[in-house]
Amino acid sequence: MARDADRGKKWYGSGLPYVKMPPLPGHLIVIEGTDGVGRSTQIELLSPWLELEGYAVSNTGWTRSPLLSETINEAKAGHELTVVTFSLLYAADFADRLEHQIIPALRAGFIVIADRYMYTAFARNMVMGADPVWTRDLFGFALTPDLVFYLEIDVDHLLPRVVQGKGMDYWESGMHLALGDDIFESFRRYQGRLIEEYNVLAREFDFVSIDARRSVEGIQSDLREHVAAYLAGTKREVAARPRPARRANHRLRRRG
Amino acid sequence: MSAVPSRRGLLTEAHPYPGRLITVEGIDGSGKSTQLLLLDRWLTARGFQVRFTEWNSSRLVRRAMKRGKKKDLLTPTTFSLLHAVDFADRLTYQIVPPLKAGMIVLADRYVYTAFSRDVARGVHPTWVRAVYRFAPRPDLALYFRVPIEVSLDRLLGGRAKLKYHEAGMDLGLATDPAESFRVFQSRVLDIYDELAGEYDLRVIDARADIPSQQRIVRRMVQETLRGYERPPGMEAPHGARR
Repeated sequence: MARDADRGKKWYGSGLPYVKMPPLPGHLIVIEGTDGVGRSTQIELLSPWLELEGYAVSNTGWTRSPLLSETINEAKAGHELTVVTFSLLYAADFADRLEHQIIPALRAGFIVIADRYMYTAFARNMVMGADPVWTRDLFGFALTPDLVFYLEIDVDHLLPRVVQGKGMDYWESGMHLALGDDIFESFRRYQGRLIEEYNVLAREFDFVSIDARRSVEGIQSDLREHVAAYLAGTKREVAARPRPARRANHRLRRRG
Repeated sequence: MSAVPSRRGLLTEAHPYPGRLITVEGIDGSGKSTQLLLLDRWLTARGFQVRFTEWNSSRLVRRAMKRGKKKDLLTPTTFSLLHAVDFADRLTYQIVPPLKAGMIVLADRYVYTAFSRDVARGVHPTWVRAVYRFAPRPDLALYFRVPIEVSLDRLLGGRAKLKYHEAGMDLGLATDPAESFRVFQSRVLDIYDELAGEYDLRVIDARADIPSQQRIVRRMVQETLRGYERPPGMEAPHGARR
């Protein structure tokens, strides 16, 4: 995928042919990162801040669609599904949220904050050995986000955080892959591989990497700075130019 | 999942298993299910080991479908993907293992149903083909072609009313279910005709009487089974079903 400053709000692949793409005045911001890195904590701080700044905010997260979330939980409890079947279930959940929540919110001018996006499926499926071309084609109906933040961390920093926090569950530890004798080892290996995949995606899809080894406040402050710059940049463009035109080349400050 | 060799997918090449996969397609009311049932009986009576699988039948998806249909929550894409989940699940447990064991698998509907119906609802034809890239190619894929009015008569004759999604009512094509059925299923018919060419579906005139159709079906199946070897130790006249 080419790096593209004018990246937001196009169809990733063949899209949804029956959804006309009128102007979508909202903004789609994605927070990516591996299990336990602190995405939801950051989103819980970011959303109210944006609202105080005067923006309407809609939140969406992986496997949260009312249509599919029960089915997915059942499936995970059952341990019967192949990676292909799971991928299709996640894609169905994603499609449901995209059509019923994300696109309508963008149309209404909201900022949509998505906890995880299709990149989660891409990363996990690489680790699980599923066909990456198929996985990407599967999500061809998706809308590309305006901004993707990648909470970047290494396994050694992640481990204590997760142990002290919510603990390691079966799926996040890759126990289904039988990578280790115990859950800690399994988690370490699985997350290590996942993080490698995320890092590759970060370069390919031009994520804004945020050093997630720091405190919650440090990470949040970085996020706010980037989001503010992005929103200011888009405001300037809207004011300055006649439509349609390429987006201004706003260079988001990268860490390091 | 083993890597799919290229973007073209498994439908473009013969599957590697010792069993045989026979599928039927057709719009609702085409009589395909009756034909498949008769075929099942005939094969079983002749001592073949047969497994039967049917579209949209897995327990996993049933509840989500029900929920979605009740609240009119299903979009063309989620509808398509839920069917794909069902298919993937059945492929894993009900289709590939019997094929690997050398059995005959009869499928009531296959990926061509998705390629016609889901596209008639508006999903991108390239996308839906990409989604089903992991599906093995049938050894014989039959298409029971019937004009709209014949299928409508058959359906209305058998039941009080048409089902909501079967009539494409979710697409807002017409307020009257029969009219909606005509418009929606006509689109499906047009696409099936294209698919017949693209995927070598064997077209059977479903207006003919049932025994005539069945004779044609059996002849085609016999050709398909030339060179097929029954799995060892399975000579019993009545194989277990499902």
